[in-house]
Amino acid sequence: MDNKNKKDYSQYAVVMEQIVKKFPGVLANDHVDLFVKRGEIHAIVGENGAGKTTLMSQLYGLINPNSGKIYINGVETRIKNPNDAIAAKIGMVHQHFMLVDRLSVVENVVLGMEPSHGPFFAIDVARKQIRELSEKFGLYVDPDAIIEDLPVGAQQRVEIIKVLYRGAEILILDEPTAVLTPQETDELFDVLRSLKAQGKTIILITHKLHEVMAVTDSVTVMRLGKVTGVVKTKDTNPKELARMMVGRDVLLRVEKDKAKVGDKILEIEKLEVNENRGLRAVNGVSFSVHKGEIVGIAGVAGNGQSELVEAITGLRKVESGKVIFKDVDITNFSPKKHREMGMGHIPEDRLKRGLVTAFPIYYNFILGKHDDPKFCDGSFLKIQDIKKFSEELVKEFDVRPPLINILGANLSGGNQQKVIIAREIAFEPDFLVVSQPTRGLDIGAIEFIHKTIISMRDKGIGVLLISMELEEIFSLSDRILVMYEGKIMGEVRPEETSTEEVGMMMTGHRLEDLRSQETQEV
Amino acid sequence: MNAWVQAIINVFINPVFYRSTLNQSTPLIFAALGGVYSETTGVVNIALEGIMLIAAFGGVVGSYFTGNPWYGLALALLLGISMAALHAWASIRYAGDQIISGTAIILLAQGITGFSLVELFGKPGSTDLVRSIPLVNLGGFEEVPFFGKMVGSLSPLVYVAFASVVFSWYLIYKTKLGLRMRSVGNNPEAADTLGVNVYNIRYFGVLMSGVFAALGGAFLSIGELGQFTENMSNGRGFIALAAMIIGNWSPTGAMWAAILFGAASAFNDQLQSQGVLHLATNTQYLFGMIPYILTLIVVSGFVGKSRAPTADGIPYIKD
Repeated sequence: MDNKNKKDYSQYAVVMEQIVKKFPGVLANDHVDLFVKRGEIHAIVGENGAGKTTLMSQLYGLINPNSGKIYINGVETRIKNPNDAIAAKIGMVHQHFMLVDRLSVVENVVLGMEPSHGPFFAIDVARKQIRELSEKFGLYVDPDAIIEDLPVGAQQRVEIIKVLYRGAEILILDEPTAVLTPQETDELFDVLRSLKAQGKTIILITHKLHEVMAVTDSVTVMRLGKVTGVVKTKDTNPKELARMMVGRDVLLRVEKDKAKVGDKILEIEKLEVNENRGLRAVNGVSFSVHKGEIVGIAGVAGNGQSELVEAITGLRKVESGKVIFKDVDITNFSPKKHREMGMGHIPEDRLKRGLVTAFPIYYNFILGKHDDPKFCDGSFLKIQDIKKFSEELVKEFDVRPPLINILGANLSGGNQQKVIIAREIAFEPDFLVVSQPTRGLDIGAIEFIHKTIISMRDKGIGVLLISMELEEIFSLSDRILVMYEGKIMGEVRPEETSTEEVGMMMTGHRLEDLRSQETQEV
Repeated sequence: MNAWVQAIINVFINPVFYRSTLNQSTPLIFAALGGVYSETTGVVNIALEGIMLIAAFGGVVGSYFTGNPWYGLALALLLGISMAALHAWASIRYAGDQIISGTAIILLAQGITGFSLVELFGKPGSTDLVRSIPLVNLGGFEEVPFFGKMVGSLSPLVYVAFASVVFSWYLIYKTKLGLRMRSVGNNPEAADTLGVNVYNIRYFGVLMSGVFAALGGAFLSIGELGQFTENMSNGRGFIALAAMIIGNWSPTGAMWAAILFGAASAFNDQLQSQGVLHLATNTQYLFGMIPYILTLIVVSGFVGKSRAPTADGIPYIKD
């Protein structure tokens, strides 16, 4: 009997055994088992709400399980709070960075474990320790920089250094690439490989399957609080992982018919737009969008896409050039005028510009249409009509939970996006600007949103799609424009190009140069 | 017009103006430091006004009953810390609204002092004269022209105020505790995940604000005068908050701003007493506005440039 109970977990850095965690009304973790070998990169994948973060929060002691056991390096360990986790050499890099913006890198890293001379904080000692860690693992960052001045990728390196400074041997990273550009993601993966090479164990929470394939050794798949699969990365493929995550076959790339291209609806002529500091962000861009097609703009974040979108939708001043919509020059018209003329906008930052998170969703459904006679009799809102309208949209777009009184803030990202898309589509636009529509969403939601965008196109709406995700650009667009430093590097059709070619344009190579090189080489 | 120019020149060449500036600045420096401690850890403390008031009263009461102004100071500190503890308890322990809690404490202090004044001294308005904290005389220095009159004989609390600025600067920017205070005021969640006890640090910040505001209040009543008058703090707690903001929540910045307000106030006192102006008595109310108008101007001009700690005023609720 004794022998049977005695388990040999010594080869595992982490074993979580039969973990149960209940939240009011939800069984977030339902007898979950997790086995992570020492020195491997282990992915935990699943849709939003599958219980991945809940599971890891228990390993890090942020919350405590209702039942179940945790073994670290084969030894049963009770982790009641983050201090216990740190003592067990576990570190966590949270999805939302836990950094004090106004303090320096050094101060953030050592906070809570400061080296000292007497009562004084020994910043020189701390700085030296951070430099050593930086060099050992390729985590380059200036120790004296203030966090708020650093780009997101560097802030993430600070988070990793913070964890390593505390002596972590087991690192948990929660959706680390959600906020990173493709280059920053590559740099992060290099860091992860270097950590692995030096014997660290890494647990990566994600729902991006190509990342799982690129960097991990094994995968635990979760759905609705349960483990639905444990596989070695080399023995699986994205399609299989997606099926285990969602519980059905998922189209990783939506199917679409050939576009039925109609008349020109939007024409951009030599557009020049400045960014907030007054520097030129969009530098002489010209293109057009027709009814019934999707034009995708690819590019690394920060190459003028946001400013371009804002100029087209009337949110930002155009310095020179023209925006012609339905043959009318609407340059520098107000955003309200744009909307009245039939231009819809799904903004890149859904929390900042897409929703009023403190409003129930029935108000969010009529944002910008509050003075429409359908919803307002001149002085008062017609609450009953608004609610009826909202009930219909919630049903049509499958917003979950299907409650119109719920606050925008209390919906998941995917459902927030559904509310925004439903609102924009409900007003029957002829043209839709769609910016980063699936950022941070899981594959189920992405599939829904992609299908919706395609169906808009098929109804004859012109769509301008801006995305940092090349996958998304390729799967939706009928034509692809690539933006680099405020200029268009070239226009290609997805079936006539490759991700490599578009990738080259994204880093500043002009299409005609690339193609002429090719002919020379041949 | 000539009379005005002459009057202003008279003010500036008189060492009394500079001595008065130091005296007027001292309570503001103390209270502004109190604000810095509290808000650095993320707790807005408009109760400074009330803490000063009750401490001013406590100083006189202690001195009156014991005959020893140092016991008065001790009672002032005790009352000040108690009031701060009340604010801490409401706004940290119970995550209450910090403005409401602060306002309540101001009203509480006005009520307690107004009531006790009549109970203990038998008349409204002001207390009897009591012994004040003895001034520090710099020996022969008093004979030095100009400077002797300026700093030759000052309350020890003036020195304590400036020493506190230096002490606080080192504490906040150079020690482990200070780093933790700043982190808790800017991102309590982050500090919490690193094992910093957010609540304890915030209690420390608020209680220290009680200590310093109480020193400022005690200085008002037993620093020189030896008497308490009703509503003696007279808006200084708010001026101190303005000084803290203009000083960008740093001890040294707050000190300079407090000196600016102190100088404005001293200037207005001195100008009024210039005989050449033949001022009517009711103009004192107009002159009394000078520091507040200065506050308005400076706040509207500077506030954009100074930034409060990110989590200032937001209760931390651990879920």
